[in-house]
Amino acid sequence: MNDRPLVLNEADSFRVNRATMVDPEILELERRRVFDACWIYVGHESEVRAPGDFRTRTVCGRPVIFCRDSKGAARVFLNTCRHRGAMVCRETEGNARIHTCFYHGWSYDRDGRLDGVPGEKDYPPSFRKSDFGLMEPPRVESYRGFVFLCFDPGAVPLVEYLAGAKEYIDLVIDQSPSGQMEVIQGTQDYEIRANWKLLVENSFDDYHLLTTHSTWLDYLKNAGVKMQRPDRDHLLPSHGVGKPLGNGHATTDNVNFRGRPVAKWIPVYGEAAKPEIERIRSELVARLGEARAARVADTNRNLIVFPNLLLADGSSVTIRTFYPVAPDRMRVRAWALGPREETPAARAIRLDAFLTFYGPGGLATPDDVEALEAVQAGIAATYREVPWSVMSRGMAKTGEQLNSDELHLRAFWLQWEKLMRAGRD
Amino acid sequence: MKKRPAGVARTTRAQVEEFLFHEAALLDEWRLDEWLALLTGDARYEVPSNDRPDADPASTLFTIADDIERIRGRITRLKDKNAHAEFPRSRTRRLISNVRVVGRSAGELRVEANFVVYRFRRDGSVREYVGRYRYELRAERGGLRIARRRAVLDAMELGSMGLVSFIL
Repeated sequence: MNDRPLVLNEADSFRVNRATMVDPEILELERRRVFDACWIYVGHESEVRAPGDFRTRTVCGRPVIFCRDSKGAARVFLNTCRHRGAMVCRETEGNARIHTCFYHGWSYDRDGRLDGVPGEKDYPPSFRKSDFGLMEPPRVESYRGFVFLCFDPGAVPLVEYLAGAKEYIDLVIDQSPSGQMEVIQGTQDYEIRANWKLLVENSFDDYHLLTTHSTWLDYLKNAGVKMQRPDRDHLLPSHGVGKPLGNGHATTDNVNFRGRPVAKWIPVYGEAAKPEIERIRSELVARLGEARAARVADTNRNLIVFPNLLLADGSSVTIRTFYPVAPDRMRVRAWALGPREETPAARAIRLDAFLTFYGPGGLATPDDVEALEAVQAGIAATYREVPWSVMSRGMAKTGEQLNSDELHLRAFWLQWEKLMRAGRD
Repeated sequence: MKKRPAGVARTTRAQVEEFLFHEAALLDEWRLDEWLALLTGDARYEVPSNDRPDADPASTLFTIADDIERIRGRITRLKDKNAHAEFPRSRTRRLISNVRVVGRSAGELRVEANFVVYRFRRDGSVREYVGRYRYELRAERGGLRIARRRAVLDAMELGSMGLVSFIL
């Protein structure tokens, strides 16, 4: 791997080697050097509210039990029995005081302690149940309700890792009067036949908006949403920038034209939704002041937390995480996030707005998926003859980089390359 | 004597089946405007998230939860060749069976039917959507019309089906 450049970063040219999307060896390396070295999103504390609440999911390739323990802490356990290895919990969600492995009947309490062993007296005297609790990842930490794990015991603390991304997570949470957001039930769980890094790029690449999403823009226009380029320097219907945030995290930060459940009404929501949006707006202004309220409501931001978490605070808020199944296939899971105290009317507007754009049945995401699959199909068998993808937009500019430039995409790739080069195996 | 409103009191299962088979043919042939004409003015089209098949879209994230305005927007989009996920258009084939009338009120029939929808894309790609339709049908404009249409997928997750970018 060390004999070929993965990324070419020159003064006025930035290129990505297409082998990074195709080569199974690179995927094996990135599992260890990227995913096992970084903080990876597990879930949100609101998904496991009461002691014993659990969700099982695959995180960083491992089956885990994400749960609330007897003392009220969010915990993560590797979902494999300490006896012979079977998945202890095979339900996707629920509440349990005890998790019993059905194979030989070993059972574990909510805190992961081994509780029951059938025929315990037949083990040698040295056998102690306290040695066989469910294993935990080396590190589990959370930031404002977002729970992450890390398989590197020596990793920096999560808050340090998040660096400039924290400010953008805070902006999402400021939607809630109590500072508590919650994951809304209903999971979008689907595969894309493309390399996972293509979805990183796509998730905050605004350059593709006009061509990939022209039918979505038409849908908004037909509904009466006004959009006009601020001036000739802008490709897109509003001003927006791309911003690296450290450690490979980056975001777009755009003046909103597409509407926001918090709290910018557009005709797509219908007249009936107007009073509710105005009520949310006045609460926001009363609580945060005009300037901060406008920051929360009148900008939209797609934040990538390196390497595989998107917080898109746009037409609605979505948490989206994804993981490679193969070099040319990823599994995506996405949820909607909303203020915990949201009224039923506001919640309905939020979910409806979500589906105008996002998800496998939305009016925009399917075209993103098609774009990614078209890229994968295009490069899979040609990457030797056509080895480089170009990512140089904005490189000659000084100062602010637009959301249609590629500085924020380059920030992701540079961090990825750094980890791939220097990583421990 | 009062004129009896056109109702569904005597609609037979055979008539319902014929209607659903006709709808399936229109969708397989991408005759989307004719399909739109089968809907009532307040119709809804829904595909729930796979992990919440019985939920309410006002409080649960769905895959699709369209009112009639969004259905019209979706059709406008699908007829545009810039709806890239469906250009070139998928070929689909719908098999509808186990049609049952499960409820009947003054003006409305509740109907359920099983479906298998095959969706073919380039390079041999075939994706199979298996599940159950739940319809609310009304008699309007001289025939049955769809007031509500929910496609409930059986799979635990959308998974390798990937998208619901066509009318399921």
